[in-house]
Amino acid sequence: MSEFPESKIQSVRNDFPILSRSIYGKPLVYFDNAATTQKPRTVIDAISNYYLKDNANVHRGVHYLSQQATGAFEDVRKKVATFINAGSSTEIVFTRGATEAINLVAWSYCESFLNAGDEIIVSVLEHHSNIVPWQAACERKGAHLKIIPLTTEGELNLEVYGQLLNEHTKMVAVSHISNTLGTINPIGEIVAMAHSKNIPVFVDGAQGLSHGPVDVQKLDCDFYAFSAHKMYGPMGIGGLFGKTSWLEKIQPYQLGGEMIEKVTFAKTTYTEIPYKFEAGTPNVADVMGLGAAIDYLNGLGWDFITSQENGLLKYATDRLREVEGITIIGTAAKKAAIISFLIEGIHFFDAGTIIDHMGIAVRTGSHCTQPLMDSLGISGTLRASMAFYNTRQEVDKLIDAIQRVKTLFA
Amino acid sequence: MTINETIDQLIKEFNQFDDWMDKYNYLIEMGRSVPLIDETQKTDSNLIVGCQSRVWLSSEYRDGLIYFTADSDAVITKGIAYLLIRVFSGHTPTEIVEAETTFLDKIGLKEHLSPTRSNGLLSMVKQIKLYAFAYQVKEKNI
Repeated sequence: MSEFPESKIQSVRNDFPILSRSIYGKPLVYFDNAATTQKPRTVIDAISNYYLKDNANVHRGVHYLSQQATGAFEDVRKKVATFINAGSSTEIVFTRGATEAINLVAWSYCESFLNAGDEIIVSVLEHHSNIVPWQAACERKGAHLKIIPLTTEGELNLEVYGQLLNEHTKMVAVSHISNTLGTINPIGEIVAMAHSKNIPVFVDGAQGLSHGPVDVQKLDCDFYAFSAHKMYGPMGIGGLFGKTSWLEKIQPYQLGGEMIEKVTFAKTTYTEIPYKFEAGTPNVADVMGLGAAIDYLNGLGWDFITSQENGLLKYATDRLREVEGITIIGTAAKKAAIISFLIEGIHFFDAGTIIDHMGIAVRTGSHCTQPLMDSLGISGTLRASMAFYNTRQEVDKLIDAIQRVKTLFA
Repeated sequence: MTINETIDQLIKEFNQFDDWMDKYNYLIEMGRSVPLIDETQKTDSNLIVGCQSRVWLSSEYRDGLIYFTADSDAVITKGIAYLLIRVFSGHTPTEIVEAETTFLDKIGLKEHLSPTRSNGLLSMVKQIKLYAFAYQVKEKNI
């Protein structure tokens, strides 16, 4: 049983219009939140209201609409800064999402600070977005990628990590939470170990901001990337937190309008942070959506969110363990509500296809973590990733669907 | 049977089932009848790229006709491979190159047609057509 009454859960579910739809004539059970979360009505309304009443270009006009839009836009920047306890709102750069944030730093930081023979550390459980940009930077500069391995439970092996940190290491890039295993990585400790050798740390927080409060000053990470669409906000917007000292030192790679101070054909100078990294007209409407998503989460409160998610994680894990032939992949002590599993003798693609027809959305495949799959000796998994609006009854439906799959493919 | 006659037959067979589970049951049964690729042919070069499961497809040209064999580690994919082989195997390169593939929609397997990375169906059709095209070119050059 959830510690919150049924009426509270239903009221929260009612905030999300899509949760009441049917799939193949059955009520939608949405267990693919790690891929993208659903949006509350207030987020949807914030975006459409912006285009209905408030749309104007920002940062440049003297007219009323432009000033309103600029004020609202910058208010969300401050809201994000407060949400993650950044020291200043100038440490928040808006990007298309976590992938763009990672590419920004991988390119900009490595351009200035990575040299031949240097090393960048990533972990084996990283999403492709937090591998490929660093890998490419290493190739461009003649540097090397070093990999933190996993323990059998799916946690980062901190002992090996400690050994990998050396005088050639120029960056450590790790995810906050594994999108495949659900493992919550000990970022505070990872940062402390790196900083003891003056090595900066980039955190891929794509899965991080939806599951619990994040305090970038407490973590002391140098960079933190996030995507709005993974935290109940719209697609197409996200951000990069970067410590002021770093953002001032690295150079932008997307250039053009908005990020300049003065342009002549002889020479162009760039403006101050964070605008230096925000070329072109920003995605103002979706920034409004992001602001509404943060308001919604603050309104719900982390107590509710974490209690719901932890309750669902435990319930689903227990129920899955009761089913014969199920192996759960990723058994870290600290996990978000993300469960990868396999059914013995049945290909995950077969299982996922049948489960889909019962109205249940789970994800199958490598989850953009092919190196992790290779290290585990498998080609993919089934993944159920839950949010605070999911219920125990929905978990029961998944278990029933799995039983049906087992019978069909026996 | 011509390609079109086989297609009509298949559509008739699947449309006797209203329930999706029965359609899938039938597809799974078909998967058990797919002419299996020889173990020696299960090489990386015969692997179809673009499927979540592993699918091997091999072709053989005999007396002006192309014959296909396949295998997969996912049962539903095997069933889809069987469907395609039933339609296309034992026909001339030209017949295969010119054949239409919209019949898969009429069978009621529409979800297998969306362009996601897991969709082996489109990749298999592409590969079959590529083989046919290659043999067609070879025929013209002899």
